[in-house]
Amino acid sequence: MRSDLSSLQLYLALVAAGTGLAGLLAGLPTLGAAPLLTAFYALATLSLARLVMPWSLWLDLLLALLGAVALIASLPPGAAMPLHHWLALFSAWALAWLFVERLSAAIRRGRLPETGIGLIIPVLFGLALLVIWEVVTRGANVPPVLLPPPSAIWARLTAEVPLLWADFVQTFIKSVIPGYIIGCLAGLAVAIAVDRSPFLKAGVMPIGNFMSALPIIGIAPIMVMWFGFDWQSKAAVVVAMTFFPMLVNTVAGLNAASAIERDLMTTYAASYWQTLMKLRLPAAGPFIFNALKINSTLALIGAIVAEFFGTPVVGMGFRISTGVGRLAIDLVWAEIAVAAVAGSAFYAGVALVERAVTFWHPSVRGGRA
Amino acid sequence: MTRILPVLTILLAILLFWYAMAVHMNAPWQTTLNTRADLTEVPFTTFAQQTWAQDKPVLPAPHQVITEIWNATVALELSSKRSLAYHGWITLSATLLGFAFGTALGVLLAVAIIHNDASDRSLMPWIIASQTIPILAVAPMVVVGLGAVGLTGLVPKALISMYLSFFPVVVGMVKGLRSPENIQLDLMRTYDASPWQVFWKLRWPAAMPFLFASMKVGIAISLIGAVVAELSNASGGGLGVRLLTGSYNGQTVQIWAALFIAAGLAAILVALVGSAERLVNRRMGARA
Repeated sequence: MRSDLSSLQLYLALVAAGTGLAGLLAGLPTLGAAPLLTAFYALATLSLARLVMPWSLWLDLLLALLGAVALIASLPPGAAMPLHHWLALFSAWALAWLFVERLSAAIRRGRLPETGIGLIIPVLFGLALLVIWEVVTRGANVPPVLLPPPSAIWARLTAEVPLLWADFVQTFIKSVIPGYIIGCLAGLAVAIAVDRSPFLKAGVMPIGNFMSALPIIGIAPIMVMWFGFDWQSKAAVVVAMTFFPMLVNTVAGLNAASAIERDLMTTYAASYWQTLMKLRLPAAGPFIFNALKINSTLALIGAIVAEFFGTPVVGMGFRISTGVGRLAIDLVWAEIAVAAVAGSAFYAGVALVERAVTFWHPSVRGGRA
Repeated sequence: MTRILPVLTILLAILLFWYAMAVHMNAPWQTTLNTRADLTEVPFTTFAQQTWAQDKPVLPAPHQVITEIWNATVALELSSKRSLAYHGWITLSATLLGFAFGTALGVLLAVAIIHNDASDRSLMPWIIASQTIPILAVAPMVVVGLGAVGLTGLVPKALISMYLSFFPVVVGMVKGLRSPENIQLDLMRTYDASPWQVFWKLRWPAAMPFLFASMKVGIAISLIGAVVAELSNASGGGLGVRLLTGSYNGQTVQIWAALFIAAGLAAILVALVGSAERLVNRRMGARA
């Protein structure tokens, strides 16, 4: 037995090769039907050679990718796939896992660089999820009404770009952005105002903490009644949802500057506003950005949920709820994909600004956001 | 007890502001009503009282909401479809089930992540990315989808709660299970402790404060998840359904009552986790 394999890796290697061999045997009667898959079975079985000779971990990656491609290429249209294909899926999955195990072990031992190479692992995991989703939904003939395969969602996404763009503008540009800005600025302003009075601060903090834990999203129907069906009511929900996290975090952040630093400002005869602008607000930066990041996901959720309670005939929430009613599930998933990308991009944007603004903070200097 | 007075002051201010806003926001409709009834010279005190007693006010006064809560919980039988206690129980059970699932999943993932480098690298980025997906926004749809597969009742709602609540637990537990310092791990090694013993005698106790901090966040968002997940299925019951039917019928008092119940539930649940935390801390001999 080769000593560079841990017991988990050895087990995975045996599983991958074993299922490959089983697939080869089970697929023998229909050998010509899927030549690529047969090649994968054979190569997966051959990977057992790792027990007697050096076997690069990149070979495992190549094998896993070959398995994925072979599986997708040999998916029969409109019918459940033969049983032995599941063995191929299992084998490819074990190979991918084995590769990830060996790669992270190699990085840990310093044989491979962390930057760049380290990124392969999460990307591969995401790809594996997509492949499994595609193969399972199409291979097991899951009705598209329940769960459409990613390829169908992608096709719908590219076909409906103008519609999705209109929904995006209505929900994200018109509701989320104004609500987010107003809510965060209001939270910041109230926090600064409250901060001058210890009495008010002592009163606002517990209430603010309590309000942050409440299902504020429930005021959506009330806001729709007050502000009408268009974007104003959605922006109002977003304002209410983003206000309290911002308030609580800013109040906490304004206390972050230490006494010695404040004393220094006093010796400079700095006014209240000078101390605030030059010391306390910058020191509160990490807290404020924490709230901005929390709010970036809350805002999108608030706007979409508010659209369930009444909306003009455009918007992501409207499209999702009517899509479910019309059983256009692939369109719903396309909308979810847009929302996920928009939400992630929004979060990433805030995180990037945070790195630029609070460059001095240990968490940023350490290289991890 | 120095915090009671400020909190009470703020609450009182909010209450006064609320009553004032109720007069302001209900005034147009009340004026219309009074003109129709040929009431011209209404003194302000009477007018204010009228605005606080409308049937479907734009903004109900706090005492109207409290009365509605009283009527819909204590004054009604538990089995009644209009009882908020009945709907609250439906939401609560989905919340607790989802919270239990989510905490278990979160702890399992955290244990896998700290013991296995590959799962750390492959799972962690996706766990974080999973929360930028506005799952809450598609929760009603997910519930409909799961209903089509045959999963109905409590479980689909609990799954939404689970999706939301596992995240803070994973993040907190990974931090907590990694919180023992090298010197402590070295001590365990000198004792020739097995990985199992290191986990149960060092890592797990060290992670407790993190677990409870995460669970407080997790149970609050579990409740939010359950309420939003109920929005799709009007026949299933739950506080979310009361919100939805209230919005369709313009029953603002009913919406506010459901909101207050949800808020009360959230407060009680967080407080329960907090007292469990204190209990565990005392059992583990922590100094208060």
